[in-house]
Parts: sequence; C-alpha cells; structure tokens
Amino acid sequence: MSGAVPAAPVVFDAQGLDALIAALADAGREVFGPVRRDGAVVYEEVASSADFPKGWIDEQSGGHYRLRQEGEAYFGATLGPQGWKRILHPPKQTLWRTEGTGEETKIIREPLDETRRAFIGARACDLAAIAAQDRVLIEGPYRDPHYAARRANLFIVAVNCTRSADTCFCTSMNTGPKATKGYDIALTELDGGRFLAEAASDEGLALLATLPTRPATTDDESAAEAGIDRARDQQRRIDTEGLPALLKERPDHPRWSEVAQRCLNCANCTMVCPTCFCTTVDEVTSLDGPETERVNSWASCFTVDFSHVHGGAVRPGAKSRYRQWMTHKLATWVDQFGEMGCVGCGRCISWCPVGIDITEEAAALRKEGG
Amino acid sequence: MHAPDPHTDPMVPVIARVTGRTRELSDVVTFEMEVEGWPGFAPGQFNMLSVFGVGEIPISISGPVSDTTRIIHTIRDVGPVSHALAALSPGAVLGLRGPYGAPWPVQAARGRDVVVIAGGLGLAPVRPILYELMENRDAYGKVTLLYGARSPAEILFEKELGDWRSRLDMGVEVTVDRATNAWHGHVGVVTALLRGADFTPANTTAFVCGPEIMMRFGADGLTDLGVAATDIHLSMERNMQCGIGLCGHCQLGPVFVCKDGPVFDWATMKPLMRIKEL
Repeated sequence: MSGAVPAAPVVFDAQGLDALIAALADAGREVFGPVRRDGAVVYEEVASSADFPKGWIDEQSGGHYRLRQEGEAYFGATLGPQGWKRILHPPKQTLWRTEGTGEETKIIREPLDETRRAFIGARACDLAAIAAQDRVLIEGPYRDPHYAARRANLFIVAVNCTRSADTCFCTSMNTGPKATKGYDIALTELDGGRFLAEAASDEGLALLATLPTRPATTDDESAAEAGIDRARDQQRRIDTEGLPALLKERPDHPRWSEVAQRCLNCANCTMVCPTCFCTTVDEVTSLDGPETERVNSWASCFTVDFSHVHGGAVRPGAKSRYRQWMTHKLATWVDQFGEMGCVGCGRCISWCPVGIDITEEAAALRKEGG
Repeated sequence: MHAPDPHTDPMVPVIARVTGRTRELSDVVTFEMEVEGWPGFAPGQFNMLSVFGVGEIPISISGPVSDTTRIIHTIRDVGPVSHALAALSPGAVLGLRGPYGAPWPVQAARGRDVVVIAGGLGLAPVRPILYELMENRDAYGKVTLLYGARSPAEILFEKELGDWRSRLDMGVEVTVDRATNAWHGHVGVVTALLRGADFTPANTTAFVCGPEIMMRFGADGLTDLGVAATDIHLSMERNMQCGIGLCGHCQLGPVFVCKDGPVFDWATMKPLMRIKEL
C-alpha cells in the first residue's frame, strides 16, 4: 500500500459509490460493507449502495445500542458489534485434519483462504485494530498463515467518521477519527450523498481513475475536515498519559474488586473487541470414523478455563480476569507490541450487558485507593 | 516429512513415531520417539505433542541435547492428553510441533558454579542441563543438584540420581516432604538444602524448576545467599494452545511464557510472581 504519491482528492456521488462497488466486484473481489440486519449494523457482502444503511444512525452508551432513522447519510451509523476480525480472523478456523490411523495417519493441511476481498466502510479505529492483529498474527516470530492469506488479498476503502457515537474515544487513543494509514482509498461523506475520495495505494489510485469523479474543490475539502472535526468533538476521553505504568503498579487497587462485582464474566467485550486475538484449539472427532480435525476458535480471558493448568486455573477470580483483560489492553500490550491494544472503538462499552466502561474504569484506577 | 517450518504453517504437526517407553513412577512415563528431520533442541525447550483424536499439550524435552535422533519426554498422567500420551507404546504415531521456547542458558554458565534445584516432575525439564554438565564437566565449576519429591515413592529418575550421587565431582541432595520408615535421607522442603550446599554465590548460575511456590522460595533462598537475580533462572508453566505466541493463553503480565520463556530469570519473574492470580 506504500509508495504511491497521493493524487489530488476527487468527489463522486452515489452513482460513483455504485461504480466503486462494481469495479471492486469486477476485479474479482467479494465486497463487504455495513448492512442493517437484526437491529444492528453488521459487515456483510454488498451488491450496491442500496445495501448500505442509508438514513440510519446509531445511539450507543454503556450496555445500549439502538439504530434509528435520521438524516440521509450512507455511513451515518458508526460501529456495530462486529469488527472486521470476524472475516479476517474468523470465530472458527480449521487448522488441519487427519486421514487414516496408526501407521497410515496422514495430516492434511486446511487450504488457505485466498479469496480476494474488499472492505468498504472500515473506520480509522478498525484500521488500527487490523494493524494491531497484523502485529500479533503476522509480524511475530511465527505467523498465522490463514490470517496472512486473507490479509494479503484485501483491499480497504476506509470511511472517515463525520459523526461519533457516545462510546467512541479514538481521539484519545490516537487512532481516528480520520484514517491516516492502512487503506487503499479513504472516503469522507459530504452532504447530499457525495464523497470526497483520496487514494493511498497504486491500486486505489488506478481504481479511482475509472470512476465518474470531479476534482475536489477547497470547499469540499473544508467540508470534509469540518465533518471529521465534528466527530472528534463528540467523543468521550481516556487519559492515557502514564497509564501503562500506573495499571501495572496497582494490581491490588480496590477498584478491581469493585468492577469484579459488576462484571458478569460473559466475555462479550472480548468477542466484540477488534484487537482481541486469543484462540483455543479444539479436537473435533468424527462420529462415524477415525478422522479428527483440529479447530481454532475465539477464546476469552474472562473464562476460568482460559488459564487452566494442572492443579487449577491461574486466574480463578473475576477480579484477576477483568484485571488481565484491561491491563493487557492498556498496559502490557505496549510491552508486547509497542502500542496499546485498545483502539478506542468503544464496542466493549456498548456491548457490556452491565455497561462497564473502560474509560471510566481507567479514570477510577488513577485515583489512589479507589 | 520435514521439521516444522515456522514460516509456513506452524500449527501443523509432523508425524512422530514412538520408539521406546519406560515407566518411571505409577503415573509417570518417559518415552522416546523419532521424527524425520528433527533439528535438535536446547535444554529447557518444549514440544507441542498431539494425540490424534484427543488433543495437544506442551511437554518439555527431558533427554540429552547430544542425542540428535531420539526425542525424549517425561510425562505425568494428569489430564486427557497426558493420559493418552502416557499410554502410547512403541510403534504408535503422534503429532509433534517444536522445539519451542527460550532455553536454559547453560553454556553461558561455563566457568561458573552451577546449582540446579528441582521439585517433583520439575526434574525432567532440568535433566538436559545435568547431561550437559556431566558431558562437559571440566567446563564448569562446582555442580550441585538439590531435588525434592513428595515421598520416597515419588522420586523421579531414582537410578540416575544414584549414579550422579556417587560421582565425586557433583553434590547431590534429595529430600522428601513425607518420609517412610525406610527413608534415611532429608525430610522437608528442598530449599532448606541450600544451606549445606557448596558453591560461591557471586560466581553461581542457578536453574530452578518445580511448583511455583517452590521456585519462589528457591529463588529467594539463592538471593539471600548472594546469587544475583539475573543468574537465577526458572521455568514457568502456563496454559498453551499454540506454543508460538498466537493464542494468548500463556500470558503472564507483559510476557508470553511460550515465546519469551518458558525460561526466565528471577529479575524478570520476581515482580510478576508476587502478584496473585496474574
């Protein structure tokens, strides 16, 4: 995605949006984007701009997510429950299977998924989340080849946020609301179903050149920036200054016990978190024969089994499990990967059934003695 | 069959064949196996072993590094996979990935005194250290092995312990938590044996392996005698699904036990091990 000289931004309308989807499909890509289903915005395959949740926006707060009709924007609704990891690092991934038994046992690798895909509507925080998963699953000493194959075949059309949910805090995490890297094309939605588009890769540039566009005016560019500024101002904040050291120094802060009283250990936060990467390997045996399959599934550090060793779990207490999750996101991730593991998307706040708010917990842990 | 290539599909095992099996204790067996293209290992490293149809677990390698063909593991039958592993007999096939993990820095201890402290099955992961010390005895200073078992019946590698004990160039002390009438040796925690051991703390490298509580007391005891925290090495155990830093289960604060460890020095572990349920 690097090396391209950014061309001047262009503007297109809804017709251009359809042309973009069509061009990606013509290039042999499965095109995914936001779709309204079962009362939420989810990422699914789209055929045209008519599939986008035009005229819908989201209302989010601790333990609360609702869609309602307002305005005319295609990308007015911010983040739904699912991150793009559902596609790139799916909930279940077969690793290999066996054929035959005993001396005849053969191990058959699961073929890599080399489907060419395009994501339309990835927000800046989610781009940061994809980059965070890249660091874990591709850039370590060992790589997950299934994830790497999906990643290598991905084209990303980012959408800069011009509206934030109440739960968003990407500004504090320095990941948004404007996409700065990790995309091929970035769109900013302007009034009247128009989009300001900028390419950041050769492929993105070539694709934009095939669409019905006109050069952006300075008015278009200021309107786009004003929209992004608006989104920036609508956010909650988390003070990250010195936070990693502080969290690691306070494993016995009374707030951990207090939040453990409210936390249900349901693991929702880890399922909706776009950076959570943990998996468990399970053996799946056939009922009618000796074949077996090794399957990787999403795991959560909120379960007791997660830390099981001979003799019992390392983290049997709810307090230590919540502490593990939050300290990992905001502190030890920095030791491991050089950055925080939280991108400020706020999904864990909205989808927590009891509305536990990571920004509020971080603030409480700053106070001496709770 | 090839050795696992970390850059292609590190989660796919190779087929290994069991070539020998020895019962050590009522619930512990040592088995040997072979894999084509085995790259060899360093003391303290582990393999992910798979029993097809049952599952996969990390097991440290307990054989000598100098044996480049046989891969030796000592396993206690405590869960479904270790139970199935312990039941494998010569000729059986299993899956192997590895070797993985940061090793004991044994060769870096050449020219120094070496103290090995092991508890229970913790003698298995340090046995490759002892083989290296014996094979290159002149390269090291004074060598001490302190071993603790729950009872005389649970003393692992008893014959080898006897052989080592009879050597004049090595101090070996064994203690048990619960003695029987026939037991004439030490009774009590293994760390109590440190007091009588002969080594120069400022020039000592220590390798400690066993239950966490024992490793903590062992490291504290060594520190009290003047061994530097960076010269005390422990091997940590955590849940591991992948062994290669992808599954997240083995995290211990800032470290992944599988890829940053399992061997860590006490300077790194002390602040982490004092935190309950980290």
